[in-house]
Amino acid sequence: MYRIRLFAIRHSRSFEWIYKRLERAMIALDPLLGKIGYDRVERPVAFVEKCVKTVLFDCKMCGQCVLSSTGMSCPMNCPKQLRNGPCGGVRPGGFCEVKPDMKCVWALAWDGASRMKGGAQIHTVLPPVERNLEGSSSWLRVSREKAAHLRKAREKRRTAIADAFPDARKNEPSAAPLAEEPAQAVKGSK
Amino acid sequence: MSQPYSAPPEGHVSHSRLERVLRSGRFAITAELNPPDSADPADVYEAARPLGEVADAINATDASGANCHMSSIGISALLTRAGYSPVYQISCRDRNRIAIQGDVLGAAAMGVSNVLCLTGDGVGVGDQPGAKPVFDFDSLSLLRTIKTMRDERKFLSGRTIKNPPQLFLGAAENPCIPPYDWRPERLAKKVEAGAEYIQTNYIYDVPLFEKFMARVRDLGLDKKVYILAGVGPLASARAARWMRSNVPGIHVPDAVIDRMEKAEKPGQEGKKICVELIQQMREIAGVSGVHVMAYRKEHEVSEIIRESGVLASRKR
Repeated sequence: MYRIRLFAIRHSRSFEWIYKRLERAMIALDPLLGKIGYDRVERPVAFVEKCVKTVLFDCKMCGQCVLSSTGMSCPMNCPKQLRNGPCGGVRPGGFCEVKPDMKCVWALAWDGASRMKGGAQIHTVLPPVERNLEGSSSWLRVSREKAAHLRKAREKRRTAIADAFPDARKNEPSAAPLAEEPAQAVKGSK
Repeated sequence: MSQPYSAPPEGHVSHSRLERVLRSGRFAITAELNPPDSADPADVYEAARPLGEVADAINATDASGANCHMSSIGISALLTRAGYSPVYQISCRDRNRIAIQGDVLGAAAMGVSNVLCLTGDGVGVGDQPGAKPVFDFDSLSLLRTIKTMRDERKFLSGRTIKNPPQLFLGAAENPCIPPYDWRPERLAKKVEAGAEYIQTNYIYDVPLFEKFMARVRDLGLDKKVYILAGVGPLASARAARWMRSNVPGIHVPDAVIDRMEKAEKPGQEGKKICVELIQQMREIAGVSGVHVMAYRKEHEVSEIIRESGVLASRKR
């Protein structure tokens, strides 16, 4: 697996392209996934994701995939699981402090990022891993995130109307509603 | 004895002496204290005495090399009681985010005003390799967290902190080990995360460090962060070789080891090399001070600094 991982980092640019497509597909699938229920698809999707990503990246299913920001080198393979590496212990030749036979995950990450279109993302400071998300699907998280973003934009619009017509809302709440609307009640939403 | 909770001086983030020295443009000296394997405060004060004569701040290491000693928070608290200004080192290896954020408040309450955020060496190199490594944070997410606590008055959970910790935020950098090209870039990330000063690991390879600093200046980082170059006296050629192969992140060029080998009095030569290094560091643009790590040679620190002449311009 280690060799496939190195291959993926060497071809970080191609994998970046594939990942972008996958992300778009996951976002497009949000309405469908929402209908089936994210809860119901969580396990099967996580299973498929685990199989694919374990082969390609030695994925550890942290649930918070940041491959696009780390040169397609999975940071969970770093024995210190750094999210902003490399540490100060890298050995001569770029080998790991803790596992001397392994190339430093983060030296590879910076190398991989230098070949990617969006490689500059590696300069962003990443937060610590939320351990309670371990084992869950990152792919589904991406589509949910996008959906949440859309919902937020919709909310903002509704709030703006309600704020602009406060008196109308006081007399007739349904003139500028703020409560959550069920999908069936709104035309055009699936 | 403890200071009342008051706002830091204008343009400062803390009451730290180190911060004042650096912001006023003076060449700063920090020194590392060898932590005792003892519960007697007298052992801490004995180790601090030779450092306090010259250092603007004394670093309390946090189980460096994954070896167990008196804790950095304990040492820091003792040092503040005696009027010293400690640098409270925090390693991410042994404690999770709950413990660290609590300790940061505790340290600040005891008068600590400098912290140094470190990833930490792996447990495997230490004296208890069976220990569970934590690494909940890394040095960057730790920096950002303490910055959030200080500036936004919030824990990482979003809960409000009534009186925030007033801390001068530091991080480490290791310019002399791979991947050389990315070290300055990662330094930029540390500044972005909140680092206000940097203490580097040991530097014995001056040309390599100069190359690093050239890139640092190109990125404009020397204007955003104070860099203290790490130096220290070598004991002997054998000790240097041992350090090179057993302590993570130490690079000693063969030329330096050769020089130690040929010297009649290796101890004196190690001191001399250190004095020369300090003088060379002073000439490098963007270097704001030195951090002296004299492991088991603390008694030599004040002599080394005096011989180097870097404090000659200071009125004391």
